[in-house]
Amino acid sequence: MFKIREKEELAPGIIRMRVEAPRVAASAKPGQFVIVRADEHGERVPLTIADYDAAEGTVTIVTQMIGVSTRKICALEQGEALADFAGPLGRPSEFVSCPPEELRSKRFLFVAGGVGTAPVYPQVKWLHARGVRADVIIGAKTRDMLIYVDEMRAVADHLHIATDDGSEGVKGMVTDVIRDLVEKRGEHYDECVAIGPMIMMKFVALTTRPYGLKTTVSLNALMVDGTGMCGACRVTVGGRTRFTCVDGPEFDGHAVDFDEAMRRQGMYRTQEERARAIAAERAAGHQCRIGLDK
Amino acid sequence: MANKIPRVPVREQDPAIRATNFDEVCYGYDLTEARTEASRCLHCRNPRCVAACPVGVQIPDFIARLHEGDLAGAAAVIARDSSLPSICGRVCPQESQCEGSCVLGIKGEPVAIGKLERFVGDWSLEQGSGKSVVAPRNGHRIAIIGSGPAGLACASDLAKMGYEVKIFEALHKVGGVLVYGIPEFRLPKERIVAREVAAVERLGVEIETDVIVGRTVTVDSLLDEEGFDAVFIGSGAGLPRFMGIPGENLNGVVSANEFLTRTNLMHAYDATYDTPIYVGQRVVVVGGGNVAMDAVRTAKRLGAEATIVYRRSERELPARAEEVHHAREEGIVFRMLTNPVEVLGDEKGWVRGVRCVEMMLGEPDESGRRRPVVKEGSEFELPCDVVIMALGTSPNPLLAATTAGLKTDRRGCLEADEEGRTSREGVFAGGDAVTGAATVILAMGAGRRAARAIDAYVKSKYA
Repeated sequence: MFKIREKEELAPGIIRMRVEAPRVAASAKPGQFVIVRADEHGERVPLTIADYDAAEGTVTIVTQMIGVSTRKICALEQGEALADFAGPLGRPSEFVSCPPEELRSKRFLFVAGGVGTAPVYPQVKWLHARGVRADVIIGAKTRDMLIYVDEMRAVADHLHIATDDGSEGVKGMVTDVIRDLVEKRGEHYDECVAIGPMIMMKFVALTTRPYGLKTTVSLNALMVDGTGMCGACRVTVGGRTRFTCVDGPEFDGHAVDFDEAMRRQGMYRTQEERARAIAAERAAGHQCRIGLDK
Repeated sequence: MANKIPRVPVREQDPAIRATNFDEVCYGYDLTEARTEASRCLHCRNPRCVAACPVGVQIPDFIARLHEGDLAGAAAVIARDSSLPSICGRVCPQESQCEGSCVLGIKGEPVAIGKLERFVGDWSLEQGSGKSVVAPRNGHRIAIIGSGPAGLACASDLAKMGYEVKIFEALHKVGGVLVYGIPEFRLPKERIVAREVAAVERLGVEIETDVIVGRTVTVDSLLDEEGFDAVFIGSGAGLPRFMGIPGENLNGVVSANEFLTRTNLMHAYDATYDTPIYVGQRVVVVGGGNVAMDAVRTAKRLGAEATIVYRRSERELPARAEEVHHAREEGIVFRMLTNPVEVLGDEKGWVRGVRCVEMMLGEPDESGRRRPVVKEGSEFELPCDVVIMALGTSPNPLLAATTAGLKTDRRGCLEADEEGRTSREGVFAGGDAVTGAATVILAMGAGRRAARAIDAYVKSKYA
């Protein structure tokens, strides 16, 4: 069991937890993820690592309440424990194995969308600690849904914010900010890293392609074991089938078949919706008498 | 002692009923049935069954004791060579091992050795703790990677020799392929697997789940930082293979590993678990091994019309004869000499069928089986909603990639000698990680041989 040391609601439906997992904390690197299970009956949910502290023995995860399983995770309180917390899984970000001198000659642009802002943070923090310059764009629907703004401001060279409704920062999409930075302000970047909803990563990759700007994306594919065993996380990259869990989760955004990846994410959507509906009915005290909950 | 009575039939769940539930198919013998069946053994002077057993269980000897009603004696005979009799009795391919060599099988039916082994194994599990003799602790610590048959067997032998043993399991549940791969209806998880695991734990073996060696820790950190004197790798078979045909990434194409893991490990068939699974109306399983049979029978139990598509003929099916027989009884459709060439999708990217070709058997290939060749102009479409690929696995490269000096062969399997010694001093390996996908009994045997080699290594190093 993995005890939740701290819990905090960052935005409506977005929960941050600091979890006691000393082995994971000691081995985690930027870009990696964990598999989390709330209880004995829960699913194995892959979540990207939002921070880690080897000395404290803790790992931070940020979860958005979407389905039954993420709601279960988020329902646990400080002092309670997650049944399982396995990781770190996947390959670390490519820049982790790059010599610091070389990194310092580069300029990074991070594009973070929604709950994907959380896993961007350890990457920017890691680069900042090594004196590497990184600008960050955070996108969200509205001001209330923005997360990690203060943390990011402390480690980013420049921070840009875009909201759909203009309640904070620029009104518009993160891709508008990218175009503004590169085309209008003439900013030069050597690498771009985009983490967020699949549709956002797709459009970031489309935006950066004409600039010839290398763009890395972190895919949140469906998984069961997360160790290469099931192949549920298959994704086509550059015409080849890769496993997100062992070959990724980060891939060249210009080579990923996003349309296929988005379609595959919906593989169990009807089942999930049904499960959610049943759970909601149960929570409301409704007892199904015609066997729909079977 | 030999007699002319026919093989005692084993009681099974009715096929029509069991095709709708996940309870065990075979009920096994009771004591009277077991002793009657035991009376059929001829006690050959030169027992061919023993020679055909991968771990050399003294079969006539345990059968004689069982016949006498000395169950503890029978269990002790088996325990000398096998540590998982209730599991091997259920999942070993007896028809190509012990029973396939039984002299009685030449003219009639061989002795039901598997069912007798299962009876004795289950009896021992019911007796619970007690008789295992554990040597005093010798102060040496061994790490075992993986809690499948190889790891459990290696761990229990080392614990009995006096070692402090710790198993690291990547998943949340202990048992490896016994819990994620083999279905409940063939190998009950609580009644059999959990008890075998508990027996290993009673020997003092510690088990830590959620540890992926190569990621969470490494072989080197276990040896250098955590103070283990040797490591045994029993990490299993690894990554599922796909065919490489068009349409394999459509929604509805899954590996047998995924389908079985969702059902077995994650209990998708049980509404109290949150795991989703998609079966649709019609399921096609590609392959002819035990995993293909497990997947197709699982799909049937989840309510689908389920079909096996296999490119060779029934004679070449690598699955256990009993599984093929049970599958047929349960109404599984077998389309032999058929091979998919494309998975077909609808406009939304979901599977709507498979395009197949008919095959015929040509000259024997390097495996000795006749090579299937495509019949010209035989293409046809098989409508379905789900395609399950059960084509075997390739090794997970994680341990080799994260452990310096650990060699692999050209297939990517870990290199190890007969005793499990790898290219790296103090690191041993066995089971599917070394051989590629094989059987529970071979993995168990490899784990036990490695335990002896580890003991010899530690004694010579720290003498």
